[in-house]
Amino acid sequence: MTEQLTLFEKIWRSHTVTARDDGQALLWIDRHLCHEGSFHAFEKLAMSGRKVRRPDLTFSIADHYVPTRNREAGPDEPEIATMIRLLDEHSRTNGIRQFGLGDPEQGIVHVVGPELGLTQPGIVLVCGDSHTSTHGAFGALAFGIGASEVSHVLATQTLWQKRPRTMRITVDGTLGKHVTAKDLILSVIAKIGADGAAGHVIEYAGAAIRGLSMEARMTVCNMSIEAGGRAGMIAPDETTIAWLKGRRYMPTGKDWDAAVAFWRSLKTDEGAVFDREVTLHADEIAPTVTWGTSPEHALPVTAAVPDPAGEANEGRRATFEKAVDYMGLTPGAPLDGLRVDRVFIGSCTNARIEDLRAAAAILKDRSTKVPTMIVPGSTMVKHQAEQEGLDRIFTGAGAEWLESGCSMCAATNGDMVPPGERCASTTNRNFRGRQGPGSRTHLMSPAMAAAAAVTGTITDVRKLAEG
Amino acid sequence: MEPFGKLAATVVPLRLANVDTDQLQPGRFLRKPRSDGYDNYLFHDLRRNEDGSMREDFPLNQPQYQGAEILVADRNFGGGSSREGAVYALADAGFRCIIAASFGDIFRSNCAKNGLLPVELPIEAIEKIWEMAEADPSAPLTVDLASQTVRLANDPETVGFEIDPFVKECLMDGKDDIDLTLAHSQTLSAFERSYGQDFPWRTPTG
Repeated sequence: MTEQLTLFEKIWRSHTVTARDDGQALLWIDRHLCHEGSFHAFEKLAMSGRKVRRPDLTFSIADHYVPTRNREAGPDEPEIATMIRLLDEHSRTNGIRQFGLGDPEQGIVHVVGPELGLTQPGIVLVCGDSHTSTHGAFGALAFGIGASEVSHVLATQTLWQKRPRTMRITVDGTLGKHVTAKDLILSVIAKIGADGAAGHVIEYAGAAIRGLSMEARMTVCNMSIEAGGRAGMIAPDETTIAWLKGRRYMPTGKDWDAAVAFWRSLKTDEGAVFDREVTLHADEIAPTVTWGTSPEHALPVTAAVPDPAGEANEGRRATFEKAVDYMGLTPGAPLDGLRVDRVFIGSCTNARIEDLRAAAAILKDRSTKVPTMIVPGSTMVKHQAEQEGLDRIFTGAGAEWLESGCSMCAATNGDMVPPGERCASTTNRNFRGRQGPGSRTHLMSPAMAAAAAVTGTITDVRKLAEG
Repeated sequence: MEPFGKLAATVVPLRLANVDTDQLQPGRFLRKPRSDGYDNYLFHDLRRNEDGSMREDFPLNQPQYQGAEILVADRNFGGGSSREGAVYALADAGFRCIIAASFGDIFRSNCAKNGLLPVELPIEAIEKIWEMAEADPSAPLTVDLASQTVRLANDPETVGFEIDPFVKECLMDGKDDIDLTLAHSQTLSAFERSYGQDFPWRTPTG
């Protein structure tokens, strides 16, 4: 009888260079993506006199700090200009292919990787950014690493990792109308907690997951880190293969056929055992928003701001009190109708073409009531959106249509939510100060963010979409 | 990296859950060179009022906790962004050990790479340490990595903790894991050759 293995186990085994008795494995890395924040790691490498072992497997992309306006003029802050220049220098010195500022294929590393076909089923992919979990949507093992680990991968093309536990999240049924991947993943996090998947690699399974497009699967895997997961993954299928075909760095000819044959075999065996199983029913998921300062503070838009006084657990009550206070909320107030000051549609979670189409469907022939920034996930997404006329819908509604990058998600490039302002945001983190000091973030889907832009309040998108 | 042995030091009690790396070091300081000293950015926005003055009610600002080398927090400490700057900020502020009910995975790994010991304890043990540190801020806590135990001042009982043997070894020896990996050079080169033959289409050629 053959052993029954999970998808994760198959990838882990095939990448183990050597293993220690204590469970640590030296893993081969197929793809290493760098961005301008990797400068600490390149400096460490240079200081030790080491070289990049496999520049052909390493790619660098400027995303976190790139300006979204007047890009031709370059960044106006000297520190930012230096970081972008350093990425350019480190890439050139080490023979790494770079997609820098001004490159037609520049964008957010987790949007560009799949777009160029750098992401493949069955590979191990790492990047010094926690949202590397996004690439798991293709059936890759993909996870974020710190600067020291980036340096280790540059020098050796490997990484020491302790074998994580496995968790399967099965989502049965079908998502309701206007209920999206973002609502699904926010519901998962609300259910298991922001550290609910700590130490685990998540495999998403079930009919609702199988029914998702690749863009939607990326949104789900992207936020695995917000559930505390090391990585999230979805087994490749015909949807995956069709999406990848013809992408720039994909294999071609006989190599493509061999790759596809292999990818079709890449799935969890019937009867394989996970350390933990969680099941959700898609038909119970509503459009979801966060009210507090952790992604686990998520509720259906039809719910109200929780009353901390109603929390029996002392620690939880204190956390809720702090969150309600920071967010400037009234316990018991309905979420639907809560006034917002601005809207941000963008980030590696929700700035792909489908996300922009969903936002455009709501904004078409309507006007925004609050300042609304729309930042595409990549320059290629931007061009595609413009070919489809989405940009005219956005600007026609009074929204700003800008250049691609991380922008107001991480607020590192200078795009920030002013202190005290409330932002409806398609990003992944509603942490204190994440979008700027004193900023208040409500996470939601692109359609929900577009609805908030139209009404100036958090709004159940189903009301607008139904006319 | 400085080897980690036995640490007897005072504690800062931080009764907060979900302290993410954005709190430890806000994103706008990530562009700063390490030579600046990242301790300036540790908890930058949490420990200051809007006008930039220090908040008196934030434990790290309180005189009785100055010089502490151990930080004790609630669950999900260091969740969020992979930024190693969060760990640089703690290390540059003099911390050697972080105790929490659970950690962000990447943060935990970043700690060990910088000589900082992450210790996961049950919440009951953490509450006991908070109470001790609040009652007597000068009371030391002893963290012994070799025996994987934590002991409160004047308490004969120790609390054990789990740690990955590999991480323990690296911390105790102050080892650079790149050197350790390069000791496997031959195995690695052999793997690289056979892997390249098995999966030729995995090397991008576009």
